[in-house]
Amino acid sequence: MTEQIITPSANDKNDTTTHNPETHNFDATDSYNFAYLDEQTKRMIRRALLKALAIPGYQVPFASREMPMPYGWGTGGVQVTAACLTPDDCVKVIDQGADDTTNAVSIRSFFARTAGVRTTEATDEASLIQTRHRIPETELTEGQLLVYQVPIPEPLRFLEPRETETRKMHALSEYGLMHVKLYEDISQHGHIATAYAYPVNVEGRYVMDPSPIPKFDNPKMSDCAAIQLFGAGREQRIYAIPPYSHVKSLDFEDYPFDRLRAPGACALCGADDSYLDEVIMDDQGTRMYVCSDTDYCSTRHERGHVGDQSDLFDSEEG
Amino acid sequence: MYVAVKGGEHAIANAHQWLGEIRRGDTLFDALSLDQIREQLALSVARVMAEGSLYDPDLAALAIKQARGDLIEAIFLIRAYRTTLPRLGYALPVDTSSMRCIRRISATFKDIPGGQILGPTFDYTHRLLDFRLAADGEIGAASKAEALSEDVPHILELLNRDDLIQEEELTNAEPGDLTREPLALPASRAVRLQALARGDEGFLLGLGYSTQRGYARNHAFVGELRIGMVAVEIMIPELGFAIEIGEVEVTECETVNQFQGSKTEPPQFTRGYGLTFGQQERKTIAMALVDRALRWRELGEDDLGAAAQDEEFVLSHCDNIQATGFVEHIKLPHYVDFQSELELVRQMRRDAATRQRRQQDD
Ligand SMILES: [Zn+2]
Repeated sequence: MTEQIITPSANDKNDTTTHNPETHNFDATDSYNFAYLDEQTKRMIRRALLKALAIPGYQVPFASREMPMPYGWGTGGVQVTAACLTPDDCVKVIDQGADDTTNAVSIRSFFARTAGVRTTEATDEASLIQTRHRIPETELTEGQLLVYQVPIPEPLRFLEPRETETRKMHALSEYGLMHVKLYEDISQHGHIATAYAYPVNVEGRYVMDPSPIPKFDNPKMSDCAAIQLFGAGREQRIYAIPPYSHVKSLDFEDYPFDRLRAPGACALCGADDSYLDEVIMDDQGTRMYVCSDTDYCSTRHERGHVGDQSDLFDSEEG
Repeated sequence: MYVAVKGGEHAIANAHQWLGEIRRGDTLFDALSLDQIREQLALSVARVMAEGSLYDPDLAALAIKQARGDLIEAIFLIRAYRTTLPRLGYALPVDTSSMRCIRRISATFKDIPGGQILGPTFDYTHRLLDFRLAADGEIGAASKAEALSEDVPHILELLNRDDLIQEEELTNAEPGDLTREPLALPASRAVRLQALARGDEGFLLGLGYSTQRGYARNHAFVGELRIGMVAVEIMIPELGFAIEIGEVEVTECETVNQFQGSKTEPPQFTRGYGLTFGQQERKTIAMALVDRALRWRELGEDDLGAAAQDEEFVLSHCDNIQATGFVEHIKLPHYVDFQSELELVRQMRRDAATRQRRQQDD
């Protein structure tokens, strides 16, 4: 066995009690393996990633480890990131499109601390971007890795709760149930009633869950120059989309897929092509719309683009 | 005035500082020592060790202190710690028939070889608050008896001798390890038992209870319940023999369950099995009930559609670290998805209004 010993200090950073050094040989300093995971675990994850890239959209089971953050908070993405990082990497972490949401901050500082890698908020500077719920607006380039945090990797899960059944359905490309569901949506609502985690077909074979990104982001997955990796820690699955793969959102000829965003332009940078967050301003229900991608918005603003209420940007900085 | 959600880092640091302070409580009172937790909250320590899958009372006590007594949080701390530990070797299967029992009871026989030992149990206590404890009253030491020196055989083996109970097949197959391989279904019984041993006490309690109330009832009696210390041995290849490296406290429960028999097989009793670290009676009995319910296929019983019979349902949901993470994660921001649904609902309402107007115009 060549597994690395890692001290427990990740868990007790807030604890002021002293351990009994007689019985437990705790190291007071942080001495993690690079990017926290031991090398054997990283190898296991890399093997799963390679298999996933070789079979685009196929969910590869992997022996997900218990991470020092809860399941459901990005443990799959964190393990994939940890297995991919090299010391030269520059990491960006977003949640809801923003670099400064609390969980993004927490994950970014985890890698800054355990891997000592550079971090950035700029999409085009990052070599690896870990995301929850969004794809950046800035087009990704070759050499970049986009790592998605995935809660439920199985696109058929809410139609058939049993893993034993859904694996069979994938093996046989038996996706009729999904089409029936989408068709029933149309007959009931006049629309496909799925606004996020909108299912896609990868390279004409596997139906895949794109993670809970808004369907606005779906087209960005197709023909993407970056490598897209998906990690579901609790559900112990990894899947992937190699660069320039064809990714198609499921639809019908007479009800083609459409992107969906709040109409209008960003109040801060004037972008009319970005996905917008609706911000409630007061108890009268006044609203403003701003880019969900904070890097996209501030970069545009720096380049002189303005929106209706750009003065808010300036006063905040001042 | 629009205020962007900035300063996450600072907010997190502040929150954790506050947590540290509130964990300590009023400094008028002494801080809890790990020794106090280990010695006086021993059943909490046992649960954290069992569901944390790590036998270390000191670390479990630390986790309980750090988690402010939230046992699932403490289990989480232990799990995250243990997952990084190197595997130095694998112990031989523990021999529970040579357990040094502090408690050993059977509900199926009035008297058993070696005798019924009640041990330190809440059973038959009257659940009256003992105000002497509030007044720091020391309750005197218990009287002592000679420890049993001989091995204590399992009661159910007596039935086995008469072929009255289904015999467990001896297998030398290497047991799976859920902490190193992803769960694959259908799972072997060894993997199922590992999952149940790590599983949430409350979840298993509810499921076990449901079998008693008719959801795949399996007519269980506690054939034997025993608590005590067992030796842990590892084989040293260089020496060519096993050496004892320590001992652990475990609770073991075997249930006797009815079995109808079939055309080819005469009626015979069957078993359910539970084993956990520490003194964990409730969990171990519930585990045995659920184990027995999950065995319907191999025992040729019908699938009654009960939750406790459903391997995928039980194994996918019994782990409280997985469950609490996912249940609680919905407090994380989801506003991007919500926005997308909001736009979709607005769009559908606009369409519906248009349709309605058209109908009125017609
Ligand atoms: Zn903007």
